Amino acid sequence: MARTAVRGRLSWQIATVDDVVVETARVRTIVLGVSEWPGHRAGQHLDVRLTAEDGYRAEREYSIASAPGEPVAITVERLDDGEVSPYLTDELRAGDEIELRGPIGGYFVWDVEHGGPLLLVAGGSGIVPLRAILRHRRRSESDVPVRLLYSSRRIEDVIYRAELDERADGAEVVYTLTREQPPGWTGHTGRVDAALLEEVAWPADEAQPPLAFVCGPTSFVETVASGLVSLGYPPARVKTERFGATGR
Amino acid sequence: MEALDGNAIGGLLLEVFGAEMTNATGVCAHCGASGELATLVVYLQAPGTVVRCRSCGQVLAVIVERLGVKCVDLRGVAALDRAD
Repeated sequence: MARTAVRGRLSWQIATVDDVVVETARVRTIVLGVSEWPGHRAGQHLDVRLTAEDGYRAEREYSIASAPGEPVAITVERLDDGEVSPYLTDELRAGDEIELRGPIGGYFVWDVEHGGPLLLVAGGSGIVPLRAILRHRRRSESDVPVRLLYSSRRIEDVIYRAELDERADGAEVVYTLTREQPPGWTGHTGRVDAALLEEVAWPADEAQPPLAFVCGPTSFVETVASGLVSLGYPPARVKTERFGATGR
Repeated sequence: MEALDGNAIGGLLLEVFGAEMTNATGVCAHCGASGELATLVVYLQAPGTVVRCRSCGQVLAVIVERLGVKCVDLRGVAALDRAD
């Protein structure tokens, strides 16, 4: 890797907020204008740094929500006791500036040549890097079969719902609602467990083992990853990313 | 305190090593297990950042910041190999 490229990703730079998109009551997508962006891969994240007037600084990592080649965007869920997310979701307006560095990550990434079939499993805002993968697949006109299993509390909490419901380019989307279901809901209910995984996941015994990306809260990821390995998925084909309500 | 994984310290590792490290392979000095750094167990809210082996739970690395300087203790890492 060229030295200059590393330095670029290491340095904090000022980004301009170009747009703030309301996704759900608690979730916003922030589209950023970044002058020195080296380009990113689907699944990577970036670090955001906020500095208070007294010099106190807080940093958080956010998954990049956009595909390679699209404007940089992050999707942020408001955590009521958070230091950073309430500012990003409630206060930030187009034209504001924030500090960021990135892109970061070389493990939880999908490039077209990684192939598939792709099994994407999201818990809550764990959908964000998987949405970048879905968009990248579509933009690059990949014909890799893809299936998304997405667990949310309620239908109103489903992020990117309109986009996911397009089922673009043959993407299969399976929802499960864990806490509350709208009247007439015919989809899955309850948390992702071994039975639901067995029903939804690509069989592992095909010539080309599926490639799984699992992102969500720690306990969700542990359940899904061990469930997939029990179904015969090679551990190296189950990529995991855990997020928590806290940061550095 | 909730455990995360090595993805959560990608930026910190980039800062410390000057390279993308989440897909580097680390070998545990305690049990010999190896895996990508992204898969390791990470605690962000300890005094500093604590990295533990996913197989045996022993401490692989501790990173603390003091007066703007990052102090890196790789006490439990037997080997570290970058992917590229």
